[in-house]
Amino acid sequence: MSATFWIILTGAVATHLTRVGGHLVISRFETIHPRVEAGLNAVPAAVLTTLVAPELLHAGPAEWAALIVTVLVSLRGGLMAMFLAGAAVLILARQFVG
Amino acid sequence: MAAEAISEGRTGSDFWDGVRLSMPVVVASAPFAILFGAIAVDNGFSVLEAFLMSAMIYGGASQMVGIELFGQHVAPWLIVLSIFAVNFRHVLYSAGIGRRIAHWPVLQQAAGYFILTDPQFAIAEARAEAGRPVGFVWYLGLGLPVYVFWVLESGLGAVFGKMIPDTHALGIDFLLPIYFLGLVLGFRKRPLWAPVVAASAVASIIAYRTVGSPWHVSIGALAGVLLAVILPPHHSGVGKRP
Repeated sequence: MSATFWIILTGAVATHLTRVGGHLVISRFETIHPRVEAGLNAVPAAVLTTLVAPELLHAGPAEWAALIVTVLVSLRGGLMAMFLAGAAVLILARQFVG
Repeated sequence: MAAEAISEGRTGSDFWDGVRLSMPVVVASAPFAILFGAIAVDNGFSVLEAFLMSAMIYGGASQMVGIELFGQHVAPWLIVLSIFAVNFRHVLYSAGIGRRIAHWPVLQQAAGYFILTDPQFAIAEARAEAGRPVGFVWYLGLGLPVYVFWVLESGLGAVFGKMIPDTHALGIDFLLPIYFLGLVLGFRKRPLWAPVVAASAVASIIAYRTVGSPWHVSIGALAGVLLAVILPPHHSGVGKRP
């Protein structure tokens, strides 16, 4: 087996440990403290935000326009509408401002 | 017989319900799968290895980081550690989603955790929050198309990578932030949403500037989660279950 294969295999094991690990830790407790539950409820917003926020540091006019339109569409539309509107604005704006 | 037919129909529609929700994810991830395959081959992977990495790790950002370091001839253990660091956020997803799927049979749970990605978690959480059951069939309908397309498109990118046109003009590098912003906004009715988003945003930007990537993800996420833990429970809406 090649070195590449072993990198892929151990990388996969490490990845899937993270995917099951949180559950294995939490499930050892009989009851979940309300504060822990509050923390778990905050997970989606907390993690997903970190995938967006640093992008603002190098966002230009096209990127800002796309994000603002995404927020505006979110007031009315669903996820697909948000994404398509944001992507359309981004691609359009980049033809002009690069 | 009639009851059987009805329950079978329900199961089928649950599956297609999931498939319908998977479509934006398939569209948003397609460019990255193709790009990953192309970069992988460019950095010395064979087509089969690119395909295998997508099939076994199934985590876009970590695959990109891994392949980048591989191309720079970084020590293998450091590549694996970096993949682990990029994927560390899944520990939080796993703890969160475990509450929704703990009643599934063990093998179904194993499959469920195997395909636990950012959108998979976010969409399943949103469903649980709406008071709807997170069943295995629905979850599979959501995750399976994303997985199959991800793996196939990685292979396509590896074979035809040289033919990719100007990715900047197509906006490919910024499609995921738009998509993730959409997911964040989908949770805006949750208690503490605004303070959590603010804490995570500020902490991740500071960590990005100081500690560096990929640790800004874990640090920023922990800041938001800790804020929710520290604030008195009556702010977080826990306890007044519907």
